[in-house]
Amino acid sequence: MQINDLINHTSEWLKGTGPNSDVVISSRIRLARNLNKFPFPHWASKAQLNQVLEKASQAMAKVEPLKDATLFILADLDSIDKQFLVERHLMSIEHTQKTEQKAVLVNNEENIAVMINEEDHLRIQLMQSGFNLFEAWEIINGIDDALAKLLDYAYLDDFGYLTACPTNTGTGMRGSVMLHLPALVMSRQIERVLAAIAKLSFTTRGLFGEGTKASGNFFQISNQVSLGHSENEIIENINGLIRQIIEQEIQAREIMMSKSREILEDRINRSLGILKNARIITSQETIELLSMVRLGSDLGMIKDIDRRTINELFIITQPAHLQKLENVKLTSDQRDLKRAELIRKKLNLL
Amino acid sequence: MLCDICGKNQATVHLTEIIDDQMNELHLCEECARHKSAAMEQQFGLSDLLAGMAGFEKSSAKDEEALTMKCPACGLTYADFKKVGRLGCGECYNVFRKYLAPLLKRIHGSNQHIGKSPQKAGRVYKKKDGLAELKSQLAKAIQDEAFEEAARLRDRIKEMETKKEKE
Ligand SMILES: [Zn+2]
Ligand SMILES: [Zn+2]
Repeated sequence: MQINDLINHTSEWLKGTGPNSDVVISSRIRLARNLNKFPFPHWASKAQLNQVLEKASQAMAKVEPLKDATLFILADLDSIDKQFLVERHLMSIEHTQKTEQKAVLVNNEENIAVMINEEDHLRIQLMQSGFNLFEAWEIINGIDDALAKLLDYAYLDDFGYLTACPTNTGTGMRGSVMLHLPALVMSRQIERVLAAIAKLSFTTRGLFGEGTKASGNFFQISNQVSLGHSENEIIENINGLIRQIIEQEIQAREIMMSKSREILEDRINRSLGILKNARIITSQETIELLSMVRLGSDLGMIKDIDRRTINELFIITQPAHLQKLENVKLTSDQRDLKRAELIRKKLNLL
Repeated sequence: MLCDICGKNQATVHLTEIIDDQMNELHLCEECARHKSAAMEQQFGLSDLLAGMAGFEKSSAKDEEALTMKCPACGLTYADFKKVGRLGCGECYNVFRKYLAPLLKRIHGSNQHIGKSPQKAGRVYKKKDGLAELKSQLAKAIQDEAFEEAARLRDRIKEMETKKEKE
């Protein structure tokens, strides 16, 4: 697989299927693992990092679900390609910096990605469409078991898996769920929900979008604590919280449908109208309007556009995706033109 | 400048918080920063926070000793750790155990791993049953007369046992 092959492919997590996919975009589990006897990446020499890269990639080539995966060496990629992988949620922004001896392994379904020599030697991630953390855990747990037989992990009985930053020590696990919460945002209940989440030691982050701007109605919720609870307990805790948030979002949607249906219908259809007709559109405006269209699709107000198409649009309208599709470097103004053109094409074709 | 949380004490810890990609400056007193540290670790720059946390410990002869301690495997000193907020290698956890155990407890509310372990031929880790581990922790807590901790552990054991019965 080449990096350009990814453009025409829909990532597994964007398919818009799976449990509660009207509210939950995707579920992700990430494991941090390090090799025994090697310094953590920030403290290691180039030669040591090269050895880690070699050992890790050799081991992964022997593990069944990773056999067809492609290893991208970050030093070989240009800045658009690196940004492109970030936009597809296959790696972190940090991984695009100081790229020597860094790599990312991606399987064909794009649901498994392993960052090598990021903050830890290995950051294994598994993404599933919909609300599906346990399934994600089962798959990643199997991969981790297989890798543990081939690699000597840094591990202590009392502290668990040892990581560069003590905030990841223990299970080394972070479970995250990406939620679309337009009704809680519109009904101004979101602050209350986010405050409650923070009190429970979970974190929330925005999603998508260019630069540092806030990103509309998307929220990623993750556990903070990785030590002192088993993996199953951590997942159960996240699940319990997510279930409550889903319920509140659905309730807020129902109230809006019964009390202000016309206003909601107007906003949703106006959003679609702009997307189908705009000639210049920013990334930020695109995300906000697509969020409304997605809500319209979830509520059955928009019938001819499915979730998958909308999910894809979130990704392919981002800067690096636009530039890869056009195969040229574009300025921000040029991107706003191309973005509008691409959206018109996709939505009017239907 | 006064603390953003209590509004009473002088703010000496200055942090940048990023929520939804919006940057907020936060100015806290040591007391409030310490109280909130576990909850905020993700939102703050981690190295800032850890550097800050390590700085909370009142300077004493013992800490001077800690600062110069060095991991023989990777050469990282505890002072380096305070500066960058990252350990140097797995062995650092053994070398700085005395200081890391309370730090981990502050971050996670616990410093005892009860999750999975790597199963590897030729290197046997003790297989952990979460419940058995908690029970041994409880026994130790009672022995140490750490009753608050013991009560917390007892509740979790109860919780796990009822869960098991349901299964
Ligand atoms: Zn204060
Ligand atoms: Zn070390």
